[in-house]
Amino acid sequence: MYHFNFEPVFAGFDQLLIGAWLTIQLSVAAMMIGLIVSIICAAGKTSGIAPLRWLIDVYIEVIRNTPFLVQIFFIFFGLPSLGLRLTPNSAALVALVVNFGAYGTEIIRAGIESIQKGQVEAGTALGLSKLQIFRYIIMKPALRTVYPSLTSQFIYLMLTSSVVSAISADDLAAAGNNLQSQTFASFEVYIVITIMYLVMSIGFSTIFSVIEKAAFKYPLSR
Amino acid sequence: MPLIRPFGFNEFWIIVLAAQWTIALSAIAFAGGGIGGLLIALLRVSDTKWPRLIATGFIRVFQGTPLLMQLFLVFFGMNIFGFAINPWLAATVALTLHASAFLGEIWRGCIEAVPSGQREAATALGLRYYNRMRYIILPQASKIAVAPTVGFLVQLIKGTSLAAIIGFTELTRQGQIINNATFSPFLVFSTVAAIYFVLCWPLSVLARRMELRFSRATAR
Repeated sequence: MYHFNFEPVFAGFDQLLIGAWLTIQLSVAAMMIGLIVSIICAAGKTSGIAPLRWLIDVYIEVIRNTPFLVQIFFIFFGLPSLGLRLTPNSAALVALVVNFGAYGTEIIRAGIESIQKGQVEAGTALGLSKLQIFRYIIMKPALRTVYPSLTSQFIYLMLTSSVVSAISADDLAAAGNNLQSQTFASFEVYIVITIMYLVMSIGFSTIFSVIEKAAFKYPLSR
Repeated sequence: MPLIRPFGFNEFWIIVLAAQWTIALSAIAFAGGGIGGLLIALLRVSDTKWPRLIATGFIRVFQGTPLLMQLFLVFFGMNIFGFAINPWLAATVALTLHASAFLGEIWRGCIEAVPSGQREAATALGLRYYNRMRYIILPQASKIAVAPTVGFLVQLIKGTSLAAIIGFTELTRQGQIINNATFSPFLVFSTVAAIYFVLCWPLSVLARRMELRFSRATAR
């Protein structure tokens, strides 16, 4: 009969906490930058410029139809042959941004397309500039509409970020790999880490729903 | 033989052939996940409280933790419960459980999307749970389910790449091995990515078409 031994895991718990903190930093940074990428790409996709649209389409389709692990191998091992050498942590961030950008673009495009034409026309009639129309009339309600999809995409991003341990970035999963090679308590280490990921995803979805209630209090009218 | 060999047609072909293991792993996990997913979905919409709670917990845990950790836990857990460490079996079991949770949640949504009048009418006709599900609810729910299920299959195929990390030689792992021998990561991982794209993209397009056709057919 196997005897579970969680002692060495809790002895190294500070390592795991540091890893968890990097996972959170990495995910939040990737979402922030990825969101900007998404908004730019979504604006490009809904613009009338055909070559730009095709380019963005290729980006989205390639990213959404290949595994994240292969993307991160390509960025970390493949790009140095083009002269672009990244540290594991920055390769991880780049890969997560590129990945989130593709999914985010589709989400935000759906939000933009949910805005009725009359709204934009009303904005033009009020003499708003193109940028003002994009910002206040299109983006603000569009972001509200897609808020639930964006937040679940963020949680998915955070869980996916565990894969960056494969290039030995310093995230939670990698901290776990280190701890299990020191203690040989593999199962116990991964149980604890899995619970930590679960706590983080439940925590973030709670935070997001609190934000939703606070930020989107004004009534939704059509 | 030289230590580093060039990336030629043979190396390319070895990677292409490794895709059969990716396909096999995806197919088994999808089939197993289909059975498990149906069970989870039915528990999730059950009339009694406990099955519903168990199914919800199962879905929460699998959707709230990384697939990589699920793979590790099954991989190391099997050793603890007396099985030999076997990446192939561990990957199959972990991906099947993962697929069960996700398909269960997708199909729950589809079952609940069937208008409640259908269920009420079936009950009024005297149909019990089994017959109601079998003849009234599931046939209608399955039509709604086709597009998102194909969409999930794409996610599952991509997910099988993580089996490489526990040492199962499928497409990604074969790419790593060839990369270690040829040291041309740019070519190797482009090839690997291209093969995944060839597998996944047609399914993505299919899912999108079906979704569009379905939303047109049901538009009022």
